Amino acid sequence: MDADIRGAHAIQVEGLRVTFGDFVAIPNLTFIASYGEIHGVIGPNGAGKTTLLDVITGKTRPKEGTVLLDGKIDLRRLSEPQIALAGVGRKFQKPSVFEALSVRENLELALRLHTRSILAELRGWADPRRAARVAEVLDEISLNDRADVPAGILAHGQKQWLEIGMLLMQRPKLLMLDEPVAGMTEAETRHTADLVRRLRAPDRAILVIEHDMAFVEEIATRVTVLHEGTPIFAGHMRDARTDARVRDVYLGRH
Amino acid sequence: MGGGMLFRTIAISLAALTLALPILGGPLAGSGIGISPYLANIIGQIATFALLAIALDLIWGFAGVLSLGHGLFFAMGGYLIAMHMLKEGYVNAGVVPDLMTFMGWTELPGHWAFFESFPYTAALILILPGMLAFAYGWMSFRSRVSGVYFAIITQALTYVAMLLMFRNDTGFGGNNGMTGFVSLLGLQMGAPQTAVLLATASTGAALAAFLLCGQLVRSPFGRMLVAVRDDEARLRFLGYDTVWPKLAAWTLSGVIAAIAGALYVPQVGIINPRLLSPEVSIEIAVWVALGGRGTLSGAVIGAVVISALKFWLTGFAPDLWPFILSILVIVVVVGLPNGLSDLRLPGLRRMRDGR
Repeated sequence: MDADIRGAHAIQVEGLRVTFGDFVAIPNLTFIASYGEIHGVIGPNGAGKTTLLDVITGKTRPKEGTVLLDGKIDLRRLSEPQIALAGVGRKFQKPSVFEALSVRENLELALRLHTRSILAELRGWADPRRAARVAEVLDEISLNDRADVPAGILAHGQKQWLEIGMLLMQRPKLLMLDEPVAGMTEAETRHTADLVRRLRAPDRAILVIEHDMAFVEEIATRVTVLHEGTPIFAGHMRDARTDARVRDVYLGRH
Repeated sequence: MGGGMLFRTIAISLAALTLALPILGGPLAGSGIGISPYLANIIGQIATFALLAIALDLIWGFAGVLSLGHGLFFAMGGYLIAMHMLKEGYVNAGVVPDLMTFMGWTELPGHWAFFESFPYTAALILILPGMLAFAYGWMSFRSRVSGVYFAIITQALTYVAMLLMFRNDTGFGGNNGMTGFVSLLGLQMGAPQTAVLLATASTGAALAAFLLCGQLVRSPFGRMLVAVRDDEARLRFLGYDTVWPKLAAWTLSGVIAAIAGALYVPQVGIINPRLLSPEVSIEIAVWVALGGRGTLSGAVIGAVVISALKFWLTGFAPDLWPFILSILVIVVVVGLPNGLSDLRLPGLRRMRDGR
């Protein structure tokens, strides 16, 4: 695989076990996302997709397993903000933007130039690099003409793009999108597919959790199908469609 | 967001009041446009309430952290300044504080040491409430206690403080509290000039806090607070440890509330544990809710309007006050989630939206 040529994987999860009380969400998961790929993670409700993202971002702490970013950074030892600063960006399922702030302010806030302290960040707020990066990202997410309106009045799709833009501010190594096109119109979905494809980069892995199969097929270079916390298929989306086990899971047969 | 015409109007009004009070209440006191010491005293008290409301709006309106215990910080400032006045009167004028008399003490307990010094007291008024706010905030924010849970604990803390202060043997005057103040910084309590100067100091402090917090909320730090309010998890997953901006705003808020209390008590001439009752702290939140959260202007308007109403009403129907306050709460909750700024008053809207 081409990722092996480059050395490390963007994210490498091994022997992951996550339980909530008696409920085993993920029994024993090994999962890898490589640089340069757009990796779709699909599966029925309760398959453990969001739990996987929660573990990677530090929101949920697993019982067992290793979670390595870039082959060397042990994410289990870092706090949520530290994981974000290490290069993991996550878009939430529900659009999460700061509604009272302008689009520009949302983006400005998303860039940490001084990762050691918030005070240093505040002192260096007027850094020209910040404004320059905001201008780049505004272009990328096509919200230039909405830069100075409060994020709260944006359309649903625009909020989703703004949130993706906020993650882009820090040039993440791993970009994780949790149902990015849920609730979007067809035009918005197409626009989002274009956006995500443009974000593909050799030094970035993109993880997309999505129920919309057509969308996944359109953008993903590789998919993993999860079922009850276990991968039952890994490969191309078109092969997933014909895979017997995947079809069983989606049709509810076991 | 606090930068409009309404903000400027309030700042200018407070500045004008601060400049005019010493003149209208001093040389011109007896003239037609003069201010009586009684009126000056009421203006001064209301100004301390406005200061207190600004403190709460900073943390509630901007960072989204509701405190139902700001009376705790207010009372701390009040008790500390009261201790200074009693101790100073005892040491320099030989006036024996009431609490010594009825407790049969021949000297004041150890924690009253050095309180005759104003600089020492002033430092404590800033440090003690600041430390308490920091410690409680640090524990709560680190363990992600927020929302209604945080608010209930602030209320409980204030209640605990009230029960503690009701005890006579703690050396804080018990249920009688502290009164009989002689002087403050050389100003005789009860003298007309003192009322005017204390009122002037109060409007000046309210103005200073209004401008300072106004600057703060328009700064990048203020945007960070708003981000905490709008979506704290999002901010955390952008790489910010949100404990620190919250803690900074919360501690500053507690200190401002304590300063308000230290200005209030010399003007009413008494402090007792009833200042720590739940109603007082809830009333502060009602001022801010009624005036409109997250604007600072709304906090000042809410505090001034409601407390002026209360002063007027207690003149002839004090028993009605709890009912009126409750009705106001219901009106805000049901009809005016953003307080008075929801009212479609053309003048007010223009002032608020104007830049």
